[in-house]
Amino acid sequence: MPRVGVFVCWCGSNIGGVLDCPALARAAATFPGVVYATDYQYMCSDPGQKLIAEAIKEHRLDRVVVAACSPRLHEDTFREVLARAGLNPYLLEMTNLREHCSWVHAGEKELAQAKALSLIRRAVAKALRLTPLHPGRVKITRRCLVIGGGIAGIQAALDVADAGIEVVLVEREPSLGGKMVLLDKTFPTLDCSACISTPKMAAVAKHPLIRLYTYAEVEKVEGSLGNYRVTIRQKARYVDHTKCTGCGTCWEKCPVKVPDELNFRLSTRPAIYLPFPQAVPSKPVIDARHCRQLTKGKCGVCQKVCPAGAIDYTQQDSLHEEEVGAIIVATGFDLFPWEKAYGEYGYGRYPDVITGLAFERLVNASGPTGGRIVRPSDGREPRTVVFVHCVGSRDELKGREYCSRICCMYTAKHAHQVKERLPEAKVYVFYIDIRTFGKGYEEFYRRVQDEGVIYLRGRVSKIYQEGDKLIVKGADTLLGEPVTIAADLVVLATGVVPARGAEELARTLGISTDKDGFFQEAHPKLRPVETHTAGIFLAGACQGPKDIPDTVSQASAAAAKAVGLLLREEIEVSPLVAWVNQALCTGCLHCQVVCPYQAIEVVTEGGRRRARVKEELCQGCGSCTVACRPGAMELKGFSNEQILAEVEALCR
Amino acid sequence: MKLAYYPGCSLKGTAREYDLSTRLVARHLGLELVEIPDWNCCGATAAHSTSHFLAVALPARVLALAEDMGLDILSPCAACYQRLRAAQEELKRDPELKRQVEGALGRTFEGRVRVFSLLEALAQLGEEALAAQVVRPLKGMQVACYYGCLLVRPPLTSCDDPEQPQLMEKILAPTKVDTLDWGGKNECCGASLIFGAREVALNLIKNILHAAAQVRAHALVTACPLCHANLDLRQKEVNRFFGTNFAIPVFYLSQLLGIAMGLNPRDLGLGSHFVDPQRALRMVGS
Amino acid sequence: MNENFWSEVNRAAGQKITHCYQCGKCTAGCPVAFAMDYKPHQILRLLQLGRGEELLSSRALWVCSSCQTCTTRCPCHIDLARLIDTLRFFSRQAFPQVTRHGMPLFNEVFLRSVKRYGRVYELGLTLQFNLKERKVWRDLDLGHFMLSRRKLRLLPEPVENRKEVAQIFSAEKEEPR
Ligand SMILES: Cc1cc2nc3c(=O)[nH]c(=O)nc-3n(C[C@H](O)[C@H](O)[C@H](O)COP(=O)(O)OP(=O)(O)OC[C@H]3O[C@@H](n4cnc5c(N)ncnc54)[C@H](O)[C@@H]3O)c2cc1C
Ligand code: SF4
Ligand code: SF4
Ligand code: SF4
Ligand code: SF4
Ligand code: SF4
Repeated sequence: MPRVGVFVCWCGSNIGGVLDCPALARAAATFPGVVYATDYQYMCSDPGQKLIAEAIKEHRLDRVVVAACSPRLHEDTFREVLARAGLNPYLLEMTNLREHCSWVHAGEKELAQAKALSLIRRAVAKALRLTPLHPGRVKITRRCLVIGGGIAGIQAALDVADAGIEVVLVEREPSLGGKMVLLDKTFPTLDCSACISTPKMAAVAKHPLIRLYTYAEVEKVEGSLGNYRVTIRQKARYVDHTKCTGCGTCWEKCPVKVPDELNFRLSTRPAIYLPFPQAVPSKPVIDARHCRQLTKGKCGVCQKVCPAGAIDYTQQDSLHEEEVGAIIVATGFDLFPWEKAYGEYGYGRYPDVITGLAFERLVNASGPTGGRIVRPSDGREPRTVVFVHCVGSRDELKGREYCSRICCMYTAKHAHQVKERLPEAKVYVFYIDIRTFGKGYEEFYRRVQDEGVIYLRGRVSKIYQEGDKLIVKGADTLLGEPVTIAADLVVLATGVVPARGAEELARTLGISTDKDGFFQEAHPKLRPVETHTAGIFLAGACQGPKDIPDTVSQASAAAAKAVGLLLREEIEVSPLVAWVNQALCTGCLHCQVVCPYQAIEVVTEGGRRRARVKEELCQGCGSCTVACRPGAMELKGFSNEQILAEVEALCR
Repeated sequence: MKLAYYPGCSLKGTAREYDLSTRLVARHLGLELVEIPDWNCCGATAAHSTSHFLAVALPARVLALAEDMGLDILSPCAACYQRLRAAQEELKRDPELKRQVEGALGRTFEGRVRVFSLLEALAQLGEEALAAQVVRPLKGMQVACYYGCLLVRPPLTSCDDPEQPQLMEKILAPTKVDTLDWGGKNECCGASLIFGAREVALNLIKNILHAAAQVRAHALVTACPLCHANLDLRQKEVNRFFGTNFAIPVFYLSQLLGIAMGLNPRDLGLGSHFVDPQRALRMVGS
Repeated sequence: MNENFWSEVNRAAGQKITHCYQCGKCTAGCPVAFAMDYKPHQILRLLQLGRGEELLSSRALWVCSSCQTCTTRCPCHIDLARLIDTLRFFSRQAFPQVTRHGMPLFNEVFLRSVKRYGRVYELGLTLQFNLKERKVWRDLDLGHFMLSRRKLRLLPEPVENRKEVAQIFSAEKEEPR
């Protein structure tokens, strides 16, 4: 008979404030198989761990039950305690008295106490049936994939490559750079955004250890921690980049003019184009939706003029495979699609109501107006400019509850820029609260107020056109008055949402997203750059709204984590994998159908077909065990016998 | 199509011409209207600002009567429309209230009937059907379509986009009348204040007339008897009060459509407007 | 007044009053805010603080036109128009004298007409209201115009099944909703 020890943790008052932990320990001591039970304030602390280790030795325990918080948080901690005390770490069973009991039943202490005891009884029942398990080891592919080439992806790629590890960087647009290259200046120091980001883009292109795919997307990811096989779709550019010299003859001669999406339709571009002058790579792509040759079969101008013979109208998408050991996701953000949600602001029908990002293009010296702030409708300089905060943020009605974090500051920057370029202009900012949490941010906001920008506390209710003015109906809640301003230009501080396609990418990678669609970090405080899937890390605004300083810090952190992993020769893989009881397997292969990781293969022995689990691919999800009718499929650490014993204990 | 017709109190009195023109236009468009027998008042703003029960129970009787007829309802009055729709939603949301209302009326609700505003009923006919009836295009005349509050707010009972409604413009498109883009479409005219807070209401009316004048509207178009009363009957009072000189005729949607369909202006009730509509009609063809 | 009032209003109107973050969008869009003593967002604020006395005697309750703009646009799903209806009920209870003039008086006269005839008898209603407000001559010119265009009926046109209408009114409980 195994000798079980039960350790009940108070978690300070988190558990101890609701449950009577000493009583739980006394009751647990009477369960069959339990030879020792005790309680302690903080089981995870150093003295708590010592208490367990000593009890193991003193009472010759060979199974340990810890009744505390979530195994997500501390299972590893306690497994290590077992290992240090000379026990196989998989002889540990945890039960969660915090999230599953004290936190949710604080108002019903008696029932909570009874439930807690049930939970412990369950854990003991399972512990009695635990067997020692031994993790496997696999070699690691020492290469890293970075998805997304904004400032986050750029920084992460450079950091990993500088550590001597090969990087594959995949960006879906024709150029690296993300949003940052589109910005004019950056708060709060007002340094030129392109001047600080384009050298980094160039560094990526030159780095011998970075393989860059632009205009490409990750299509499939197979394998797991340490060994992924990634399929990348290189979209057809219709320009052979091995031949193209980037001379620019083609885009000067192309007869097509389409609105330039990067400039928010403030200007046009040809069908064969370089997104912006400092683009990396500095070679063009043909936009197949608008090219006359590709849509109508007549034109061919660029091919005729190209001195390098680089134009190839027959080019097709191509697929490329890359092997990597870790993945950093850095797909950034998009702006909230306010044109679909804000009818009260005109659904985007008024040309002089623009987003903050469009404003960046307006003030940008390399933008469509050469840096002159003018109205898109008539090219006139505005005399009254109104900024509106929190558009698509902090607005449950429009489905976005969270604060986008960057818009208070970028609006302050924009207001300053208007005052700087057009000192006579009147500038009003409608806000609800000002959030200036960063270093030097509050000071910047105060400075902007001193420059004469008028901040009005109130959300704007309606914007409509009257003559050539935009009538903005807002409020000054500090005075308790409605306020109406006739503006020439209105700039909406549009919120941050996950990049288009993030949900799909999450599925491809097997990582999760939060309620707003941003990628979910493993722990909001302690593991902010990891995901729940080992070997996949997060950087930048794809994890949540972020400014550039935070983005870059997180990118470097993700790079450090990836490098830490990739510098190992081998890694342990969890022994909690499925295995087939060959005697029971009928070879129906239902398991193969349901396995999301393609981890089940067929073996034929003596003419009999049976399933076999490839342990290096199995993630221990357990789907197969449910699909297997004869009960041949078992998950180590969650065997059928163990689970039934738990259910029985709970039903007692 | 056959609909249960709920004129409501206003259309029997102050908005007589709305009733006339709606019935006439409907007949010519092949919409059969059967007046709900023995209908009662929906309670309007007075009921909902006094008692939630009355606000639901009064329209509920009308809903029940239509259910007996087995027909969907056409409610040309915007206020009635909103009260009927709101009652429908409340009966759906609050089973306890539904039980009480059913008890008081001695009737039950299956919730089968749908309630249409005039906008929805006309739009449903489709542009082609409407265009086929247009014999007197209104090209040259500029109108500002005015939706007011009750047709489009709150969103739960709205018959169109609450912020940028377009149904009237769509319905009028085949008449070739020039529908203007303006900011006053869904502003409030203060109908519920005209008795209780006169000056406030006059302010709101003035704002709407001002907005319409800004875009040089020859006329306003409405689908609400209360809006019509405020904008048309009170225009002189506004002018007196603010020293303005607005003279903007206000058409019912059904009237303007009827004119384009070549129907007799007198039959459409154009004679009973305070602000003479002829001045706007003279713009046709200009 | 106190928390009791607060929770009663909250319950009656089914609203999450605490959720309002005082953004002022309601006030910004309210067509009659200019004429209110307490602006819409301030009504919410007084409610959050449980300051019923000020609230229930406020003129704002009877200036609101029930246009639903605030309800339509509130980023926090607060149905302010509905809340105001509820507050009107409490106000009439706390200060019965409010029904002596203005909108509450009109509402009362209006509903009396509905109770009596099942429909609104516009001429009678207007006369009665003007009489009670002691402004008998108000709108005389309009009345004349309307009578000449047959826009006002001289006699009420009641529903036949008045019993059913009466049942509705007698089932109405004096209870806020
Ligand atoms: C108007 C405005 C002004 C701003 N001003 C400032 C400022 O002054 N100072 C400051 O600190 N911050 C500012 N910011 C914030 C700054 O833009 C962000 O912090 C920064 O861009 C985040 O970088 P990122 O790399 O995480 O995301 P992004 O810049 O969005 O880059 C993501 C990249 O990933 C690519 N991508 C997306 N999905 C995929 C996919 N599936 N496969 C491959 N590639 C993909 C995208 O094409 C893009 O290139 C501003 C933001 C805005 C909107
Ligand atoms: S072939 Fe296409 S890309 Fe080339 S010049 Fe013509 S339109 Fe432009
Ligand atoms: S950062 Fe400022 S503007 Fe942006 S959502 Fe937050 S509070 Fe609103
Ligand atoms: S547990 Fe089964 S289904 Fe899940 S990954 Fe392993 S083999 Fe596939
Ligand atoms: S709009 Fe809503 S959240 Fe904003 S102040 Fe008004 S009630 Fe409060
Ligand atoms: S419903 Fe009342 S408070 Fe709300 S916006 Fe309209 S008038 Fe103002």
